[in-house]
Amino acid sequence: MTGRRKRALIHLADATLKFGKDCTDLLSFTGELADCLYHAVKNPKKIRWRETLYYMDMCGSDALPIVGAICFLMGLILGFQTAVQMAKYGGDIYTADLVAYSITKELGALMVAMIATGRAGSAFAAEIGTMKVSEEIDAMATMGFVPFRFLVVPKIIAMVTVIPILTVFGDIAGIFGGFIVGTLKLGIPAITYFNRTIEVLTAMAFVQGIVKSAVFALIIGCVGCMRGFQSSCDAQGVGRSATSAVVTSIFMVVIADAVLTFLFTSLGY
Amino acid sequence: MENPVVEVKNLEIGYDKTVVLKDISFSVEPGEIFVILGGSGCGKSTLLKHIIGLYNPFKGEILIYGESIVKADENEKRRMMKSFGVTYQGGALFGSLTVGENISLVLEEHTNHSKDEIDKIVDEKLSLVDMDKFRNYMPSEISGGMRKRAGIARAMALDPKLLFFDEPSAGLDPITSAELDRLILDLSKKSGATMVIVTHELDSIFTVADRVIMLDSNSKTMVAEGKPQTLLENPPIPRVKEFLTRSGLKRKHYCD
Repeated sequence: MTGRRKRALIHLADATLKFGKDCTDLLSFTGELADCLYHAVKNPKKIRWRETLYYMDMCGSDALPIVGAICFLMGLILGFQTAVQMAKYGGDIYTADLVAYSITKELGALMVAMIATGRAGSAFAAEIGTMKVSEEIDAMATMGFVPFRFLVVPKIIAMVTVIPILTVFGDIAGIFGGFIVGTLKLGIPAITYFNRTIEVLTAMAFVQGIVKSAVFALIIGCVGCMRGFQSSCDAQGVGRSATSAVVTSIFMVVIADAVLTFLFTSLGY
Repeated sequence: MENPVVEVKNLEIGYDKTVVLKDISFSVEPGEIFVILGGSGCGKSTLLKHIIGLYNPFKGEILIYGESIVKADENEKRRMMKSFGVTYQGGALFGSLTVGENISLVLEEHTNHSKDEIDKIVDEKLSLVDMDKFRNYMPSEISGGMRKRAGIARAMALDPKLLFFDEPSAGLDPITSAELDRLILDLSKKSGATMVIVTHELDSIFTVADRVIMLDSNSKTMVAEGKPQTLLENPPIPRVKEFLTRSGLKRKHYCD
């Protein structure tokens, strides 16, 4: 075997081992989280509600402007691209169908997840990583606390609550983007575009997007916190854990999206 | 004779597969101020983190009040951890809570005290470390020395009879460091608590320690045990004398 092939094999083996370890870490993290969430449901008074509200504010209301802007622009772009193709066949009005379906079923949830990954996922990893550096997590453990209950549960509750709400907001902003193209560029009367959108949109399309966004929120929250706990105790380690949280979250969100889309399509939705 | 508060037997510790310290055995008697000393990087803080149950040793046994923290499961460990207080190098206060909330959190989680009672205890603990005026400050708004004092107040919230200090005077100016030494002596006298201190500050050692052990990074084990003055006068190996007198020589040199 040549030296280059040998090195490639070693790299492949390393990458496989690392991926395997990541998977087992995520599984054990999810198990621990499930245990903590079970205890939280049994004792709601023990949930750190103040921290939960703080994270709801941070991941939710603080993200409204950027979610609104990005989803609006996404609807606008989608509207333009669709309009160009549809105009060839005289089917301008179908722009409303495509924008409404794509945004509610897919793009709204996905765009909000990407924004949440950049804002919240990396912030969670950096926050927990920094707490590790300053020995706050050690202090929690020696005070007889379960760090998971203090650091992970409030973030997960906040994410799973606010990300679906943000997605609904993003959906509306995206549809409005398409509406602007439809009415201003294609000259479709506003009431016609609006009626067409209402006509084609089903409740299930919205539900699909919301279910997806809740799953994405869980993934982003878990990965962000897990990477924070895995951070080494130095500044570079915190930086690496934040980067890794973003990359892993995006990868896992896309995989989850593919699985959920396949599932919903198989069920006939 | 009372049973030792902490007993460490034939301990071998490290990270991953690297041995940092081996053959460590000592015991800490009730009410004494016991110092673990040694040069930078010899494994003092690592040893402390093993004693308080944050890491598991490769070999050996650690008993706290006669109970093994090595063999304890997570729930037992958590219960044992409530019986002692730990202060960390930088104070390790929770950055999102005020100084007062850092202390009240422990009481809210582990006691059934009413809010008024908790407020009273928080005031008491803060005045013990002379921090009562800083109750509503965030940790980022106070100095390093204050953070350490607040950390001590938090460690004492549940009135533990055993306290661990990780480098209490590290990074402090000589006056603040001396004040902290006096505070430790004062707390020891008032509460009668047993104290285990990790440090390499010789001034602190000679001021507060009843007994010390010295760790050595070359031999990866403890090289001396006894009263600081006795070790200074009759060092078991030259390295101990060298370590214990170096700061004295330096001080003399600077004074000259």
